[in-house]
Amino acid sequence: MSLEGEIPLDYMIVLSTIVFFIGLMGVLIRRNLITMLIGVELMLNSVNINFAAFNHYLFPNRLEGHFFALIVMAIAAAEAAIAIALIINIYRQFATVSVDDVDELKY
Amino acid sequence: MTGPKMIFIVLAAAILVFSVLAITSRQILRAAIYLLFVMVAMAGLYYMMNFQFLAAVQLILYAGGIVVLIIFSILLTSQINSRLALPKGSHLFFGAITAIAGIVLVSKTLVEFTFPATQVAPITTDMRTVGSQLLDTGVHGYALPFEVISILLLAALVGSIFIAQKKKT
Repeated sequence: MSLEGEIPLDYMIVLSTIVFFIGLMGVLIRRNLITMLIGVELMLNSVNINFAAFNHYLFPNRLEGHFFALIVMAIAAAEAAIAIALIINIYRQFATVSVDDVDELKY
Repeated sequence: MTGPKMIFIVLAAAILVFSVLAITSRQILRAAIYLLFVMVAMAGLYYMMNFQFLAAVQLILYAGGIVVLIIFSILLTSQINSRLALPKGSHLFFGAITAIAGIVLVSKTLVEFTFPATQVAPITTDMRTVGSQLLDTGVHGYALPFEVISILLLAALVGSIFIAQKKKT
């Protein structure tokens, strides 16, 4: 498979850059904890494209980017589980998941 | 227009359109479903780069795990037919400025930089190679990160159960 001749590496990294900043914008403009979490997941995913693309285009003789992407995915799963546990706990205490209304440190 | 290029354009367009929709949709359940589409399209990109195992893990873990978890938390915490408030104008303005400036700056730097590729012959990325390297302890072996990740996942599991449980009064 000669992906290198068809699609340059630049396409992949520009695509992942755009998705990363779309996710960042999602974190910045949204006020709901769950939609902010969706933005964070977009950012984590875009970084995985970078790992896979650098592995495939620059160092096809080893699998380091592949394993980095796998480890990032596992950490993202752990992060999502913790975040959702926190969101459920916050909802139980404040009856909302909007960050503007969650402004007390000690309940 | 050749086959791989066309597939890449379709996947990239799907990723971009659905990720913008995921952060702008005013119905929170739809945002989660758009995130699911983004992740499926990214699995397609991994298939294009010959990383079958990575694509399978992406589908199982993200599309099957994290999105379902997000949907569950939406069902537990939100009214389904309520619409999210529109973002404040200043938030939207500064968020868009940050995103566009970041995209332009980072893309310009990355495109101008030439990445040197190695000349060593490539190896196959089939499941046999992935599995033997993942559990190898020698050079290019990833047994230690594999075990550390398993401990991290266990800690995250216990921690999230502890955080989400009801406090006994």
